[in-house]
Amino acid sequence: MPAPQCASCRKARAALRRPRSGQALCGTCFCAAFEAEVLHTVVAGRLLPPGAVVAVGASGGKDSTVLAHVLRELAPRLAISLHLVAVDEGIGGYRDAALAAVRRQAARWELPLTVVAYAELFGGWTMDAVARSTAGSGRSRSCCTFCGVLRRRALEEGARRVGATHVVTGHNADDMAETVLMNFLRGDAGRLARGGGLGSPGEGGALPRCRPLQLASQKEVVLYAHFRRLDYFSEECVYAPEAFRGHARELLKLLEAARPSAVLDLVHSAERLALAPAARPPPPGACSRCGALASRALCQACALLDGLNRGRPRLAIGKGRRGLDEEGPPGRRGPQPSGPPASEPIPGF
Amino acid sequence: MCEVGEDYRAPAGQPPPRPGREQKCVKCKEGLPVVVIRAGDAFCRDCFKAFYVHKFRAVLGKNRLIFPGEKVLLAWSGGPSSSSMLWQVLEGLSRDSAKRLRFVPGVVYADEGAACGQSPEDRAKTVAEAKAGLAERRLPVVFSLPPSVLRCSAREPVGTEGAYKAAVDSFLQQQHALGEEQQSLPCPPRPPIRAGPPTAGQTEALSTLFSSVETLTAKEELLRTLRTHLILHVARTHGYSKVMMGDSCTRLAIKLMTSLALGRGPSSWSAGFSDERHGDVVVVRPMREHTLKEVAFYNRLFAVPSVFTPAVDTKAPEKASIHRLMEAFILRLQAQFPSTVSTVYRTSEKLVKAPRDGCAAGTPGPRCLLCMCVLDVDTADSATAFGAQTSSQLPQTQPPVAQAEAPTVSCCCTGMGAALSAFCSCREEDPRARVIEQLCYGCRVNMKDLPSLDPLPPYILAEAQLRSQRAEAEQIQEYLLEDREDEDARPGES
Repeated sequence: MPAPQCASCRKARAALRRPRSGQALCGTCFCAAFEAEVLHTVVAGRLLPPGAVVAVGASGGKDSTVLAHVLRELAPRLAISLHLVAVDEGIGGYRDAALAAVRRQAARWELPLTVVAYAELFGGWTMDAVARSTAGSGRSRSCCTFCGVLRRRALEEGARRVGATHVVTGHNADDMAETVLMNFLRGDAGRLARGGGLGSPGEGGALPRCRPLQLASQKEVVLYAHFRRLDYFSEECVYAPEAFRGHARELLKLLEAARPSAVLDLVHSAERLALAPAARPPPPGACSRCGALASRALCQACALLDGLNRGRPRLAIGKGRRGLDEEGPPGRRGPQPSGPPASEPIPGF
Repeated sequence: MCEVGEDYRAPAGQPPPRPGREQKCVKCKEGLPVVVIRAGDAFCRDCFKAFYVHKFRAVLGKNRLIFPGEKVLLAWSGGPSSSSMLWQVLEGLSRDSAKRLRFVPGVVYADEGAACGQSPEDRAKTVAEAKAGLAERRLPVVFSLPPSVLRCSAREPVGTEGAYKAAVDSFLQQQHALGEEQQSLPCPPRPPIRAGPPTAGQTEALSTLFSSVETLTAKEELLRTLRTHLILHVARTHGYSKVMMGDSCTRLAIKLMTSLALGRGPSSWSAGFSDERHGDVVVVRPMREHTLKEVAFYNRLFAVPSVFTPAVDTKAPEKASIHRLMEAFILRLQAQFPSTVSTVYRTSEKLVKAPRDGCAAGTPGPRCLLCMCVLDVDTADSATAFGAQTSSQLPQTQPPVAQAEAPTVSCCCTGMGAALSAFCSCREEDPRARVIEQLCYGCRVNMKDLPSLDPLPPYILAEAQLRSQRAEAEQIQEYLLEDREDEDARPGES
């Protein structure tokens, strides 16, 4: 059966059906529509003002590749300049291959690339070392917690190095939906209340962050990458199978099968969450070591590293935070402004 | 589980240590344990009963919503949780219990057989079983209203009770045991009939409605909505100011996650202790701290009778509806991480629905027609509004530059004068659109699975019409000139 005509240009044969609406479109029209939607998201949300220097968090995965490509196409119209910032967490066999993909992309698109490594920023701790350290306590699942917090810090640092004014990441609608489900299951009311919306304006000296792909469904991101023949790295992080996010992801897949609009419905629900007055936390102060936004004496990154350095990796994870007031080994290089603790990471955006 | 604030403890892979033979009840330290609650807490029979009853009383006492002598309607579905609740109430009311409960209960049982496709004989059998079970316990009043809500329910919006009572009367339809044919137009009210079998026409109308719904998810949601309306109607007509629902902790956690996935937000109303959406009738949930496991143990140990009624989703495969999926998921996760249900439940207590930007704290916005939640539909700028609209819009060959995404609906104001057409909102005359725009986001998504709105019960359609007329009247109100004495001196209205 021959494919129907493209619903938009009516000239070419349709090459795909859009997942949300079922419309048949040819490749060019689909890519144009996708770019138009991202443009609208950015403009309507006033996310990237003209003249912004934008640091794109590039991991080599499909989301950040598509993000970088679309922003590059839209850059003249938005009057922004782009820099690629890649974070090397030190996960052997995974991150090095991904970084090679990022380097190829940077060369092809002629965008400046900066690589920041955990080992350099965080006193020699790579994710593999963290995993070994937490594995001793029998909860290797928690290494994703470390990776997420430290990566946000590293991204921020990389963005500052290139003189950026905004940070963008490639989270898509499915990621947002998974985050909502996961935070509900974990009981993280604070993150649930903060999570809705298109990004954070940047509190406590942190750079404003946003997610231009937030409304695009994951399937469309993959389709876009296919039609534009983008070269990306598509393997899963080595530690991903143990992450709790896997459960939320599996649930989301099932929900989507039962009702295709489930992802949008979840995002809608998430937009409308707020903490009850009784449950609101006190306003945050500054970290005593690095000066970043923190709700306790130490910000999450400093607290996690402290725990690692003292050989008690789960020190900062959990209630009580016993022993955090003890003096730990000196290690910071000086004030590093950073953002508030963020939600759990997605392996490879 | 990577739970926030989780303490450093043994990996979840190992099961908790099983109580040995020599272990005694953890509470009284004397009796032999018969049941294990939570992880490793073994209770003897008496201590378990005391624990269970105490929880029930504590939930009622802490919230202080039930007043002595008040009429309270117990919604009984025949299932274990509501049967347990009924049993607790009965025991609490009996003279020999310490600090006996002091309210006046009644029981309502909604026969949903028609929605599930049961034959009238099966339904009669179930109802008889239910009645027999209740009669043993000498309850003062028993209602068994079949889904005659099709004709005889009333809707009372919040805050306009006084003006609306007259309208309520005009909407009341009663059904006779003789099976007279009912007209769809409002007729003068008659005294309410306690019980009676529904007419074949009504049964058929109900089954047409449910068979026209395309997905099981929408069916379940519709059934839930209609059931709530029915119970509220019974409560209102018989003078009950409170309704008690028997949702257990497990059930509530599942309901919360489901309403999240359906776009209803955290729905703290459907999971909190008291639900005050409906104005004069308050829905309370005294069983909300009991897990399903405790309920099951209690029912078994103390022989609480319950009746099995097949529901819309009985024997449905796991992937058939969002409700089934979520139930299976949470129960499976609970087996692996024993704190899942309580975590979800506690989280919901900390969250509320954020108010819409336009409304100040004091003024509630318009309410959804079906679920009585504040309307939370997105303005054109919001993220999900855009996401949903682009799916229905045709992408143009050139990428549009920052369109304002106001829905462009053609303005059909044929009935109105030219002077008013400029002020009339761009609302289609299509009755479907008229109903849809009065629904909240979650109900709208459900209505997508209903190809035509005609089989909906007449009271819903009538209420929709009334509301939209009222809204239109409000809109032109500011442009109407008042009647003045010196009318002649002014030029006439345009």
